[in-house]
Amino acid sequence: MTSSDLNWDAIVIGGGHNGLVAAATLAKSGRKVLLLEAGNEVGGAARTEEFAPGFRVSSIAHLLNRLHPDVVKTLELERHGLTVERGDFVPSVVLSKDGPLTLHGAYGEVLTGASSAEQSAWKELRAQLLRYAGVLKPFLSRRPPDLGNMSLAEMTGLGQTALALKRLGKEDMRDFLRVLLMNVYDLLDEQLSDDRLKGLLAFDATLGSHLGPRSPTSLLGLYYRLAGEIGGLAGAQVQPKGGMGAVVAAIRAAAEKAGVSIRRASPVARVIVEKGRAVGVVTQGGETLRAKTVVSAVNPATTILDLVGPREVDTGFVRKVKNIRMKGDAAKLHLALDRPPQFSGVDAAGHKGRLVIAPSPVHVERAFNPSKYGEFSPEPVMEITLPSLVDPSVAPSGACVLSAVVQYAPYALKEGWTSGKPKFLRAIMAQLETYAPGIGATVRHAELLTPADIEARYRMPGGHWHHGELQADQMLMSRPVSGWSGYDTPLEGLFLAGSGSHPGGGISGAPGLNAARRIIAMRA
Amino acid sequence: MNHHPTIKPSLDARTAAQSHFRMLRLGTPFQPRIDALGLKQDWYNWAGYRAPHSLWDEELEYFAIRSQAALFDISPMTKYRIEGPDAEAYLDRVTLRDVTKLKPGRVHYTAWCDDEGFVLDDGTLFRLSPARLRLCSQERHLPWLLDSAFRYDVTVEEETEAVAGLALQGPTSFAILRDAGFAGVERLKIFDLAEFAHDGATVTISRTGFTGDLGYELFVPADKALSLWDRLMAAGELRGIRAIGYTALNRARLEAGLIVANADFTTSEHAIRADRLRMPDEIGLGFMIDPNKGHFNGRRAILEARARKKLRHVLVGLEIEGNIPAKHAIVYYKKSQEVGLVSAAMWSPMAKRNIALASLHRPYGDTIVDDLWVEIYAMRELQYQKLMKKAKVVPRPFIKLDRRTANPPADF
Repeated sequence: MTSSDLNWDAIVIGGGHNGLVAAATLAKSGRKVLLLEAGNEVGGAARTEEFAPGFRVSSIAHLLNRLHPDVVKTLELERHGLTVERGDFVPSVVLSKDGPLTLHGAYGEVLTGASSAEQSAWKELRAQLLRYAGVLKPFLSRRPPDLGNMSLAEMTGLGQTALALKRLGKEDMRDFLRVLLMNVYDLLDEQLSDDRLKGLLAFDATLGSHLGPRSPTSLLGLYYRLAGEIGGLAGAQVQPKGGMGAVVAAIRAAAEKAGVSIRRASPVARVIVEKGRAVGVVTQGGETLRAKTVVSAVNPATTILDLVGPREVDTGFVRKVKNIRMKGDAAKLHLALDRPPQFSGVDAAGHKGRLVIAPSPVHVERAFNPSKYGEFSPEPVMEITLPSLVDPSVAPSGACVLSAVVQYAPYALKEGWTSGKPKFLRAIMAQLETYAPGIGATVRHAELLTPADIEARYRMPGGHWHHGELQADQMLMSRPVSGWSGYDTPLEGLFLAGSGSHPGGGISGAPGLNAARRIIAMRA
Repeated sequence: MNHHPTIKPSLDARTAAQSHFRMLRLGTPFQPRIDALGLKQDWYNWAGYRAPHSLWDEELEYFAIRSQAALFDISPMTKYRIEGPDAEAYLDRVTLRDVTKLKPGRVHYTAWCDDEGFVLDDGTLFRLSPARLRLCSQERHLPWLLDSAFRYDVTVEEETEAVAGLALQGPTSFAILRDAGFAGVERLKIFDLAEFAHDGATVTISRTGFTGDLGYELFVPADKALSLWDRLMAAGELRGIRAIGYTALNRARLEAGLIVANADFTTSEHAIRADRLRMPDEIGLGFMIDPNKGHFNGRRAILEARARKKLRHVLVGLEIEGNIPAKHAIVYYKKSQEVGLVSAAMWSPMAKRNIALASLHRPYGDTIVDDLWVEIYAMRELQYQKLMKKAKVVPRPFIKLDRRTANPPADF
């Protein structure tokens, strides 16, 4: 150990994208920052990994749709190789036996495959969804207001939201408040008639959460998605070239440029607490590292219950942390295919997009039902990408990679995932075969990551991508737990910066950026 | 002709199905003896048990504490058995005082707080052995204690029903225990405990109590309760032993300056109004806080409140002119500004003073202690006589009896 090791300004635990963003932002403020990553590579669930010889795929997150513009700007990610242009936007295609329906541009600026009446209904609904998501957008990016101790800046922020609400006009404002906590199913029924379009929206609203379209508050998930933007457009999505690992590489480059020291394969055993203050960490290798600030970008429950330990915090706080719901309900499928599959009726551009199997909102709801009782969906819903069509380098010549997020796959499967996994894979393949006949015969290798696998591989308790259900009661001032939503913790000098904190998961970098800004503001 | 429908059969069935109508409040293991002595039938509800306010004469019961020996049933007191290799570390995190300094065979008075630093309860902690302790308190706390045990190698069990308790308090209490054959009891110093044989079982005797007098508390398995009662009563017959109710004890504890949860302060799980919550510093328990011991529940909030001077209340002892008890009187500054409330008051026969406990809004009672008044409403033949009496902040306890701590204990 060199003497300089003894005085880190900040140690960041966890080299997922939020940890990297937090580390880079702190380093740019002049702090000496050490980042400790448990795995052999940084990136967490946003890596690009080989899953079969010659086949590489984005590990969990495979579409970029909410990288926060402040993150791009603060870390100058464009200078570090991350570029997003309008031409990179990919469409969303709803697969259906009645022929596909396609949302082009940024979340369906143009809709094809639907009747003209449905097109105009969609135009209206899309504008409304984006308008309402726009009201929530500042809430879903900034630090949540500290109810007990509101600063002038926070008051101003709330005031701006109130203004944005007022700008909606009386009718819209009433409607906004009416639908805010509604379920997506009923809202869609009010405004649309095409089951395919409704199926897609129902799927998007519930993607990554333990909710069906008919569950109360399920519409919030859609707002969360549409509050994200990429390339300056809300609702847009791209398949990053080189996979999500390339995005992380740009953030890592920015962090290294800013002077962050990154240590891989350095899992942290515990946070050192002295008199109510976090003063450093001990690695699993037994090394003691001290710092003025410890930032944990790993799961909040892992941080408090395992790294800090319940003895250093209060009983009520431990209760709250233990009660964070974080049992994942989504699986990830990777297929190494001999050749690109052909989804019936879908054109070449569509194949480069996001292909969604969610033929109707009822179908999504029926897929959800068994998961409430610990069973997987017999006819799962999923979003599929074919990354090798966008970036041929991720598969051997002529071959193809298929990446899919599949729901519903409850973490605590009643029969256990050892016996359940092959059955679930068969159910998924049966769905794929329906929409891309012959695909099954081209499968060279299949990797299915259940929430249990995701938990083990990516250190995500419950295998939940958001590190905690993203529902009304676990959002904003209640994320990760009520009373501690501002990235600070009951331990002085310990901050949370992962997606378990507000606003939540997805490749946004917002929790990491907000946490770093909070730390900088406190010391200023 | 009036027709009276007969409802008897259905009523009987209903009554049979709801036997709790017959027993609204539980009896303690001593109930047969207490019922036999309870001439006044003046009962109250103590944590779900039928406990006497007074058995025969509240004045004489009080004087039994101060001049003879009083036997008081403390079985309804909530008792938890906390056992395991981590018992010390666990209790050190749950409670305020430093449990690592509590040696086996010793008892200390402590309190515990929630995350916000508000007092959940106060009570006594008995260290029966290095890894076995008993926590006694006013309110029930099992969910809190069990949740606090997460990742501690410790078992927490409620033993309120299984363990019967008696307080034997007063000048002749030592002599009675000695005469009852508890050899070695003379070696117990204040806050010591030891185990003694009784009726084929074990009784734990500690030199503790709630009276500020010489006294002991005895804990025994519930099935040995009656034989213990009889043993003490027989040994104490010539030394004036008397069973007493809570009214007498309540007077003695006030003279001793001791507070009662949910009488002198509202515990945080009972408080409905946000300004009723109290931190230890606000009810005179600040002495329990040790910032240098390991982490304990409420530490962050308590130290922050101290640092930011956010403590709003203070609990003080008052001496009030005259001899009319200032029960629940409002406390004024300069006879006009309302600054607090009296929670307990009495004319003290021992101190020969009119004493009270009061909760005041800081800085009154803290830095401003002059010109304080209490307004006493004395009911005199269906008319209130309003008395504005001067109050002086005085230290607690109001009485200090040498016999409480004298070693060896005096033989009266």
